[in-house]
Amino acid sequence: MKIAIASGKGGTGKTTVAVNLALSLVDVQYIDCDVEEPNGYLFFNPEIKKAYNAHVLIPEINIDKCVLCGKCSSVCEYKALAKLPTTILVFKELCHGCGACSYLCPEKAITETKREIGIIETGSCENIVFAHGKLNVGEPMAPPLIREVLRNQSDGLTVIIDSPPGTSCPMVSAVKDADYVLLVTEPTVFGLNDLQIAVEVISKMSIPFSVLINKSNDDDTIIENFCNVKNIPVLMKLPFDPDIAKLYSRAIPMVHNNTQMKKRFIKLFEDIHNHYRESKL
Amino acid sequence: MKQIAVISGKGGTGKTSISASFAVLAKNKVMVDCDVDAADLYLLLNPQNIVTNPFSSGRTAVIAKDKCVQCGICGNLCRFNAIREFTIDSISCEGCGFCYRICPAGAVYMTENDSGTWMVSDSQYGKFVYARLNPGEENSGKLVAKIRQESIKIAEAEKKGLIIIDGPPGIGCPVISSITGVDAVLIVTEPTMSGLHDLERVSRLASHFGIKTYVCVNKWDINKEKYSQIENYCVKNDIDLTGKIVFDPKVHKALNKGITMAEIKNSQVSENVRDVWDNLYNKIKEY
Repeated sequence: MKIAIASGKGGTGKTTVAVNLALSLVDVQYIDCDVEEPNGYLFFNPEIKKAYNAHVLIPEINIDKCVLCGKCSSVCEYKALAKLPTTILVFKELCHGCGACSYLCPEKAITETKREIGIIETGSCENIVFAHGKLNVGEPMAPPLIREVLRNQSDGLTVIIDSPPGTSCPMVSAVKDADYVLLVTEPTVFGLNDLQIAVEVISKMSIPFSVLINKSNDDDTIIENFCNVKNIPVLMKLPFDPDIAKLYSRAIPMVHNNTQMKKRFIKLFEDIHNHYRESKL
Repeated sequence: MKQIAVISGKGGTGKTSISASFAVLAKNKVMVDCDVDAADLYLLLNPQNIVTNPFSSGRTAVIAKDKCVQCGICGNLCRFNAIREFTIDSISCEGCGFCYRICPAGAVYMTENDSGTWMVSDSQYGKFVYARLNPGEENSGKLVAKIRQESIKIAEAEKKGLIIIDGPPGIGCPVISSITGVDAVLIVTEPTMSGLHDLERVSRLASHFGIKTYVCVNKWDINKEKYSQIENYCVKNDIDLTGKIVFDPKVHKALNKGITMAEIKNSQVSENVRDVWDNLYNKIKEY
């Protein structure tokens, strides 16, 4: 089963939940898809066994063969190719790597070459299989790297996907093929606003989901009322607790030496599993 | 005219709370919320007289069932795995139009995306521009560029000397779009391992684009050891640490009532955020 941990708002506790959930389970893989700012490894200190570059394909014009017909620039929806009087310019950062230009070039004057966008590292930490991606600084496009990280998913393991924040293409790329999404929020007006948008996105993708309220205080009604109206289960609450914040600041998982907390995360997994099964009936 | 972007790398460090405080403290400015997929600043600025404009960007392919001969060519060529069983998944489709161009039966057509909306409004702190990307849409960078252009037009027309941008988290496309051409960025971080790690990446991004960088540590007293690590990092990398803000549980409650840090009376937080703004503004106005 693939469980994505997501949120609209940043800093609600996605990584905290993903890391502690992974540490509480057996036969589990943790994949950090927040390739812009991956933080999961700080908590796991995984032993990296393999590292490789991730690429997107970009066109390279063979100017000897090119007759400057302009077909390539006219088929490029992203304006990544421009025909000038004597040459064709390629704007690498705008290219999505769709391959239309090279396929449609009547002179077969375009080949595709690799452009590095980031690095993927895989390894393990105790019993957890680990993978993450790091986007090169200055590189705008996260989704191709996210798709590449997700190719490392292992069959037969419970896969915990740590999603990037937001509700646009990076988040969609991370959660799109998940079986289940757990949305982490906090009881603030910001938390509610961004949860509402995240719910819209996940509903559009028809993936079963539920909510976890992090930094819960004596009054979570702002989130609970919304969830009640929308009939969304709230599977867990984690307290607003300075001790937890301090552990987090040192990148120590809260289940570390805390069997009670570990039990709560095992229960969370069971609840996710049950809710997933019910939603499939 | 000067433009300042508030960014963070890591989400939830307090960008919006601090930007809203700057809205209260700064004079003669236009406010812009460039976190277009989770726009929250409007919750604190209480916009009025909102003028909403549609934003359309990019296209999505659709297969006309009645014309499709099920040859499967499009599905084999699509690089985004967007075509399954002769149907296009609009969420995966990146609108490249490859399928539309190669379909031998002419069964694929392209539709314009309804990508979102952008708003110009009045707030008690001056003009405020923000946007909303439709859930799951692409091209957040283009929507950011759009509202930044609009804010510049407004600032020029109203003779405002300053644009304050509340940026998105991360270091990708919308962040790059939010900081391109600004005079300075303020990175809001927190004294945690993640905060420090994300500060490193986002400050490298700002220096990659040659933008003057300032740092503010929010909730600095949660972990004083991590705070001094951030201090060291800033010294080593020649980054100006403009200030620090204490942790105060009252902030949480105030924000839920729409009150910014700067407006919490007789508090250390409000003094701190004022110092951050004064320091930052004094530096920026010099160049």
